[in-house]
Amino acid sequence: MNTLTPVLSAFWDQKDSFTMEGYKRNGGYLALAKALAMDPDKIIEEVKESGLRGRGGAGFPTGMKWGFIPQGDQKDHYLVVNADESEPGTCKDTPLLMANPHVLIEGVIIASYAIRANHAFIYIRGEVTHVVRRVQQAIEDAYSAGLLGKNILGKGFDLELVLHVGAGAYICGEETALLDSLEGFRGQPRLRPPFPAIAGLYARPTVVNNVESIASVPSIIANGAQWFASMGTEKSKGFTLYSLSGHITNPGQFEAPLGITLRELIDMAGGVRAGHKLKFWTPGGSSTPMFTDAHLDVPLDYEGVAAAGSMLGTKALQIFDETTCVVRAVLRWTEFYKHESCGKCTPCREGTWWLVQALKNLENGQGAPEDLEKLLDICDNIMGRSFCALADGAASPIISSLQYFRDEYLEHLKNGGCPFDPAASTIFATAGLR
Amino acid sequence: MSIQEIKNQEITSSQGADSAIEMITIIVDGFEVSVPKGTLVIRAAEKLGIQIPRFCDHPLLDPVGACRQCLVDIEINGRKFPKPQASCTIPVEPGMVVNTQLTSPVAEKAQKGVMELLLINHPLDCPVCDKGGECPLQNQAMSNGGGESRYEGVKRTFEKPINISSQVLLDRERCILCARCTRFSEQIAGDPFITLNERGALQQVGIYEKEPFQSYFSGNTVQICPVGALTGASYRFRARPFDLVSTPSACEHCASGCDMRVDVRRGKTLRRLAGDDSTVNEEWSCDKGRWAFKYEHRDRLTSPLIRNESGELVEASWPEALAHAAHGLSINRAAVLVGGRSTIEDAYGYSKFARIALNTNDIDFRSRTSSDEERNFLAALLLGKSVTYLDIDKADQVILLGFEPEEESPIIFLRIFKQVRKRGLKVSALAPFTSRGNEKLKATVIKNVGNEVEDISKFALTNRSVILVGERLAEVSGALTAALKLAEQSGAKLAWIPRRAGERGALEAGAIGNLLPGARQVADPKARQDIERAWGSGPLPTQTGLSTDQILDALHKGEIEALLVGGVDPGDISASAIDGLRKAFVVSLEIRNSAMSEVADVVLPVAAVVEKSGSFLDWQGRARKFEAAVTNSLHRSDVRILSILADEIGRPINLGTVEKAAKELASFGDGSSDQKSALASLSADQAKIKEPGKNQAILTSWRLLLDNGSLQEHEPNLAGTAHPCVAVISDDRANRLGVVDGDLIKISNSNGEIILPLQIGDIDPRAIWIPRNSENSRPLLALKSATHSLVSVVKA
Amino acid sequence: MNQPISSPYSDKDLAVMDSIVKRYPRTRSAIMPLLHYLQSIEGYVTETGIETIAQILSLESAEVNAVATFYTQYKRKPVGQYHVGICTNTLCAVMGGDAIYQSVLEHLGIENDGVTDDGKVSVEHIECNAACDYAPVVMANWEFYDNQNVESAKDLVDSMRQGNPPPPTRGPDRLVTWKEASAVLAGINDGLAHQGVQAGDPTLLGLKIAKNSKGGE
Ligand SMILES: Cc1cc2nc3c(=O)[nH]c(=O)nc-3n(C[C@H](O)[C@H](O)[C@H](O)COP(=O)(O)O)c2cc1C
Ligand code: SF4
Ligand code: FES
Repeated sequence: MNTLTPVLSAFWDQKDSFTMEGYKRNGGYLALAKALAMDPDKIIEEVKESGLRGRGGAGFPTGMKWGFIPQGDQKDHYLVVNADESEPGTCKDTPLLMANPHVLIEGVIIASYAIRANHAFIYIRGEVTHVVRRVQQAIEDAYSAGLLGKNILGKGFDLELVLHVGAGAYICGEETALLDSLEGFRGQPRLRPPFPAIAGLYARPTVVNNVESIASVPSIIANGAQWFASMGTEKSKGFTLYSLSGHITNPGQFEAPLGITLRELIDMAGGVRAGHKLKFWTPGGSSTPMFTDAHLDVPLDYEGVAAAGSMLGTKALQIFDETTCVVRAVLRWTEFYKHESCGKCTPCREGTWWLVQALKNLENGQGAPEDLEKLLDICDNIMGRSFCALADGAASPIISSLQYFRDEYLEHLKNGGCPFDPAASTIFATAGLR
Repeated sequence: MSIQEIKNQEITSSQGADSAIEMITIIVDGFEVSVPKGTLVIRAAEKLGIQIPRFCDHPLLDPVGACRQCLVDIEINGRKFPKPQASCTIPVEPGMVVNTQLTSPVAEKAQKGVMELLLINHPLDCPVCDKGGECPLQNQAMSNGGGESRYEGVKRTFEKPINISSQVLLDRERCILCARCTRFSEQIAGDPFITLNERGALQQVGIYEKEPFQSYFSGNTVQICPVGALTGASYRFRARPFDLVSTPSACEHCASGCDMRVDVRRGKTLRRLAGDDSTVNEEWSCDKGRWAFKYEHRDRLTSPLIRNESGELVEASWPEALAHAAHGLSINRAAVLVGGRSTIEDAYGYSKFARIALNTNDIDFRSRTSSDEERNFLAALLLGKSVTYLDIDKADQVILLGFEPEEESPIIFLRIFKQVRKRGLKVSALAPFTSRGNEKLKATVIKNVGNEVEDISKFALTNRSVILVGERLAEVSGALTAALKLAEQSGAKLAWIPRRAGERGALEAGAIGNLLPGARQVADPKARQDIERAWGSGPLPTQTGLSTDQILDALHKGEIEALLVGGVDPGDISASAIDGLRKAFVVSLEIRNSAMSEVADVVLPVAAVVEKSGSFLDWQGRARKFEAAVTNSLHRSDVRILSILADEIGRPINLGTVEKAAKELASFGDGSSDQKSALASLSADQAKIKEPGKNQAILTSWRLLLDNGSLQEHEPNLAGTAHPCVAVISDDRANRLGVVDGDLIKISNSNGEIILPLQIGDIDPRAIWIPRNSENSRPLLALKSATHSLVSVVKA
Repeated sequence: MNQPISSPYSDKDLAVMDSIVKRYPRTRSAIMPLLHYLQSIEGYVTETGIETIAQILSLESAEVNAVATFYTQYKRKPVGQYHVGICTNTLCAVMGGDAIYQSVLEHLGIENDGVTDDGKVSVEHIECNAACDYAPVVMANWEFYDNQNVESAKDLVDSMRQGNPPPPTRGPDRLVTWKEASAVLAGINDGLAHQGVQAGDPTLLGLKIAKNSKGGE
């Protein structure tokens, strides 16, 4: 059985996969030529039919999002690619851009043409110098090749593409915060409505899509919606990148149809690290409620993961074995959310401040069992009460860990401290792994 | 303009400004309420008397939904939002059902939860906090909070209060980051000098360290801060709210017409707050209006003074002083000068006193530079339609002539700025250079000093345009006439904006030589008869009275030998005014010792605004009545003293109370429709200014809002935020003189010199601009000219 | 008001800044790349820098400062020639990031955000850097040093102090300096994009398995 479907990653193993020559050698920019010969509405139709859903976490149907852009409104339209990839555990867009920035650029041109945008931006996180180089170079090469700028491929379509580099703020992955950041403001989320499709960048109709979403478009145009829709499950079509990390024999990227299970993926990755067993994992980054070994057979598509009580998110599968203290793991994530809270709204700003202190106490074995109820109640006052979804993400690891590992918290209290040896969970604890 | 502002504009304009108001009915806690489309849920609930707790929400600021205190449950046509929603950000929709904390346990818990979170890092220093007793956080914590905090952790600490300007202090520990202050500064004042800095739990309000919060409107942030994070230096630790008696009042400083609230403790004003008048100042005031009131306390005159034989002013009894004044005024030919900050009732007192007690029309309220053309212009203006703030709201463009709104009438500035931000209102100005205020208004500035009349005639306006004329336009001959013509030809609305609060009222009270009360022409026999009948007096003087300049001239020549003045600074009129006054018998009605006391023969102390009742007519011609905030003052209003003085002279004016004066003036109605003749005498020629030579420039100036004005004395904190006192010259001239920003230059003519640091600006290269009444820069005294004359400019 | 910009930066730098502003339909958008660019000149965001950007973009300095202080990559004080970021987000921390972080700080005798006396190395603990399949991850001037352990990380900082750091795992053939990297982040092409691997092994794992199994079918 071969469950993997390398499309985006199909020729990442070629040394020059990131260059124009490498990309073209493998069929790059052919979809663009095809797309520019199509009616823009037809492209939107095709993407709708393919069933492609946003790969940035929420899974919103991409074609439908494009369809929201008002047409014939005489206003500038914008396409903004979200390459901020900062959700803990998420590491798919970054290697994609390093290995093949052109597939994104081709997708950008097609998407811009479809939504009638003549200006597009890639907002990339700032902490990845070499990836910035690769994307910048690819953009320049695309300009030189007449694929960007005026009258692309002689088809009368103009497009300017600008790479915008972030500067260290997880919240800028949230699309409205991203837009404020791109406009030169503090990256804090905006009120919605108006939604970006109506008033996005510079208050103009704007599509914000994840890197992987846009990068998937050329293959859809090249091979047709049916081809794409033939992969995956009923409501979660196509292939996607799953990222395995943590206590696993061989961590890495796996491009597979939606609906694959963690059991299958772990098998391919050579199993949980030798001599250990799976304790907990995240299906889509730290913001998605954690799972345990009871969830190994949950189909990793939007519906399957939701039915099991979590979210597919970014398909960032972080694997932790039994040496890992769940309280420590959760505290560390909570510290992340505190650090990254934008500060705009009370529940998130003050709540994460409080949660860190509460979890530190618990990790140190201080407090009483009732404090766990208090912790849950604070989470309840944050989740769904805040301005954006960052705070929901902050509450998720706490709530889900208490759901599955309440005893471990109590154990800390009984023990007067953490019963785990942190050294045991390090990669260098296991001889021969590296 | 920030991008967010552009967004605003587009969203507003796409909503269609002129479409008829559509009403939407929703249900809140089981009750139906109908509100205009676009109304936010929090305000729809308010209409039913349901108070949803809130902090960041402010009806005049763009919604942000930051504090999350106002969460409620909402469903639309049976579809329930999965999470509670911030009612301050959600506009009503048909089919909406809202359940607030009163009917939804979810909303109630959400609000309690947010309150608890707001308090975990808030210090428990209410007993020493200025806001204690009037603090929204304290109040809502009491009524909606959870009682005991479950928080046992470490509170966030910051360095204790820091000065963010000489008048505002910031205590970051108390701040709940509602962003009202920062949004105000950006959205209302256009002064984004305070911002949210840092991120997350470390986010805090702050300034850029080298640039303090130098905004003319900073006091509003103190007023709207829902906690004690922002405090005013002058009120800090001075009082508790329950010690104070609050009285609605009117601002005496400028003609904007602000509604104010005065808080008094034991006969003394401790603070002033902006009142709420949506048709005028909305909920704002400028810092001068808020903080310049110490003049009420200092150097006050408590007893009448008489100049004795040896030429010294000595205390005297009231009967003695009144008798002396009456004698001096009745044996000489006398005239009257009225200060620009009289209430309309007081101005009416002077007007009637001049006509009846002194039998003269020689009266003028313009104790400043003025012209005959202006007098005719004002008479003609009263014939026109009235103009209001709402006209600015609806204008297709606004033209500023001889008028710098931010400096000379700051609330008009806020109003124009609001429209510029909301819908890109087009603003043009005739000015020597682009001031910061005009920069904020994105005004097209026509910089062509000396050519104003021609430039005015070139504007293309419609009947939706508004022309705002400042009192300084009178200094350019022909310009007022040109403005009037422009208005007539285009149908545009024309408003005259004097700088001081009392001038418009004084005009209507007839405290000017060509007009009688109710805008009746002195020259019109029928108008005179009206007034004679009403006053029950004999025939009134028929000759049009002298103007301020003519009166002073006559004093010099000895043609007038006595003068009654009420709150006038001779230095505001001209350098030589004081010399004329020295020659005459002067009776001065004053609240404090002043330059006028030096030349007065009789000084009669009168009440300050807080101590009396009355009203000011703002630039719109709209009256704001106020009662005495200090109720047990021994001081009396000018009009009451004038009435006694008239009795003493033996020609009673019968204005024993302010109310009587108000009623009598109101009974005249508007007599302006009877006559059109005023327009006829207007002339429209502009005197040519000689081209400046190599080291010469055309002098221009205006007064800064915060300057040496006598009502601002004893307010060092306020003075600390004054705009810098600099001379503005062009890049060209700076190069020629070999000087850079900050270097000193000397501005001089045969009368004297002024030395100031310079600032390079985009000024008409032939011109120079300096402040008109600031430290080291009082051109009217030093150079005997304030504008449109040639001066020499060299490196100092 | 088109006043000339008064600032101590060279005409060349000002020209670059101007070209950065021109990338955008609305000038304010240039604020972030301009801040990166300042760091490429001075190493951190200085007052002069903030005031110059304010002039260029017609903003108040307070507005620029508000933006600069929001983002962690903009530094308020000088960092080392090599700025090291050690990931201590949960996954890396558990896999050894915590141990690496502690021992590197001890080894260098500095605290978080500290700089060695020679100005060569500064250390900061960072959040997830999108390289979890290479955990534990260390960044230097935001270049990847994958699969680190305590010893390798100490060696790495030692080599930096000696002035001969090894090339990044996935990056150009030499480790550029902090200022050089900042210029790249400002969008200035340094011509090194073609250097280094296209991908590391974990990135290629799925592809390899797919190819192998296809070959075996
Ligand atoms: C706190 C937060 C962080 C996010 N970070 C990212 C991110 O780094 N990359 C991303 O593509 N989407 C991120 N998202 C989701 C975006 O808001 C948005 O949904 C997405 O970019 C849309 O693209 P898609 O429809 O192609 O998925 C984040 C959302 C939140 C609430
Ligand atoms: S200082 Fe006051 S108004 Fe400003 S953010 Fe803080 S609480 Fe709000
Ligand atoms: S009042 Fe509604 S969120 Fe603050």
